[in-house]
Amino acid sequence: MTGPGASPAGRPRVFLVDDHHLFRAGVRAELGGTVEVVGEADEVAAAVDMIVERRPDVVLLDVHFPDGGGQAVIEAVRKETPDVRFLALSVSDAPEDVIAVIRAGARGYVTKAISGPDLVDAVHRVAAGDAVFSPRLAGFVLDAFAGMPAPPDAPTTVDPELDQLSSREREVLRLIARGYTYKEVAKELSIATKTVESHVSAVLRKLQLSTRHQLTYWATERRLV
Amino acid sequence: MAKRFRIDSTLVRIAFVVAAVIGGFGFIAYLAAWLVMPMEGQTRSIGARAVRDRHGMLLSLAFLPALIAVLIVGAGLHLGFVTSMAWPVFIGAAALVLLWRNTDAEERAWLRAAAEPVVHFGSPSRRQRRWFVLRIVAGLVVFAVGVAVLLSLQQPHPATTVRPIGGVLLVVVAIVVLFGPWWLRLLRDLIAERQARTRAEERADMAARVHDSVLQTLAMIQRSAEQPQKVVQLARAQERELRAWLFDGDLPGTAADGATSLAAAVQSIALEVEAVHEVAVDVVTVGDCPLDDRLHALLGATREATVNAAKWSAASTVSLYAEVEPARASVFVRDRGRGFDPDAVADDRRGIAESIQARMVRQGGRAILRTALGEGTEVELRMPRKKDR
Repeated sequence: MTGPGASPAGRPRVFLVDDHHLFRAGVRAELGGTVEVVGEADEVAAAVDMIVERRPDVVLLDVHFPDGGGQAVIEAVRKETPDVRFLALSVSDAPEDVIAVIRAGARGYVTKAISGPDLVDAVHRVAAGDAVFSPRLAGFVLDAFAGMPAPPDAPTTVDPELDQLSSREREVLRLIARGYTYKEVAKELSIATKTVESHVSAVLRKLQLSTRHQLTYWATERRLV
Repeated sequence: MAKRFRIDSTLVRIAFVVAAVIGGFGFIAYLAAWLVMPMEGQTRSIGARAVRDRHGMLLSLAFLPALIAVLIVGAGLHLGFVTSMAWPVFIGAAALVLLWRNTDAEERAWLRAAAEPVVHFGSPSRRQRRWFVLRIVAGLVVFAVGVAVLLSLQQPHPATTVRPIGGVLLVVVAIVVLFGPWWLRLLRDLIAERQARTRAEERADMAARVHDSVLQTLAMIQRSAEQPQKVVQLARAQERELRAWLFDGDLPGTAADGATSLAAAVQSIALEVEAVHEVAVDVVTVGDCPLDDRLHALLGATREATVNAAKWSAASTVSLYAEVEPARASVFVRDRGRGFDPDAVADDRRGIAESIQARMVRQGGRAILRTALGEGTEVELRMPRKKDR
């Protein structure tokens, strides 16, 4: 299950941000020769400096670490170099963390339990500009967008499209939540893998651009349940 | 009869009932068909046999004087409806006599079962028989009085409102006295049948539970016979669960640990399976709702499917996805393990059939199994939700 490897160099340049040294070593080993690891950092300030300086294709970053975590890194870096892509990699399953890092601009979210080949695949996808949804993220998104109509007091300037998932997008997310890979989703729905990717990217865009308050509200609310 | 048309007998009957309601001709057609067509395995039809039955013919002719009497009385009293009803009743009675004499043993048993309470003469108890005669006589007397009262209205009497009502009441009472016990018995049969069905369902439910807990544990014990420590642990856990079920009424294999919502219960199933079977269970839940009977069944099936995946698939991860929508709750249990051939499962392995499929179906849901050798397994469970009260 190797990715398309559509990045310019063939081997995407990857930067690792995580406060656990052992974990970074583990990820490095798992990525092996399929990517070029151009550096790693364990705290926000150092990470931002090095990423801006080295311009990697993909930044693999943890969600939780001191001084603002992954979200702070993404926000700082995007001001300087908007084309760097981020893939969140975390043990945290708290929806507010996941939604926050996605809304900050990460192109995807995978859990640390992900298998080596799947991680490689995810990195390649992000490098190629696609979105990567783990089953859990797909579940979160379905939950957040489930049956909630736009708030009545929402500003009318907001594109209502952004507050809803199309039925196809919903289908795709459901299959991902059930543990299907993009390839399997494509087979199941009889569409091209590329189409699956574009659906997922569309969902990601909605997730990032939707101005509805519920999204944040839902994420915080859900943790209390 | 339906055999001849190669269609379902119920359909034929429904068609005839509809026809009978519309025109009355259908009923006659049905009877005619029954009479003319031979049953399976018989060369001559009932009708053919009946025609040869001289004695039966004479018996049914005995109804003729009664018919004439009724017709005369009806005509004399200007009761059009009596006359119009007399013919069909006569023909029906005569036909019944002929049919009874010529039906085969099976049909006769059926007819007798249907008519027995009305014609109680076959009953062994003398007292019952005397009581029956008494009932018939009393019923007929009351019926006659009622009819008489109604008929007297036809005479140029000053009509009061009390009389017709009284007459109708008497007739109704008579009918109740005559047929009441029969109705009661039919009702009792119906209730008894329903109870029997409920009991059968309970038994099946219990079998599913025993399979989930006890049989699964026994299978685990066989597989870990080399590790005495684990066997002891399994046996102890099973004993605790069984005791809780038998003595405290806690259902095993349902929402463990007192979880009260679907998402929480699914999570606890995942934790439990992870702990016992040493595989990773990835849980994704969308939406949530409180538990009820149906969802307990859904959870039972979920647990069974997850345990199966953990035990047999040899996959390191099992994906568990639960979604609650307004109209239904769905659970998907997926593994990328070795898969299996559903047709090759031995008949005595009841896990999928009983603990998953039958359990879902009993509560109105369904279970779909997708698997093939080498391609992993996915169990899809869907349960409609009860309407919120």
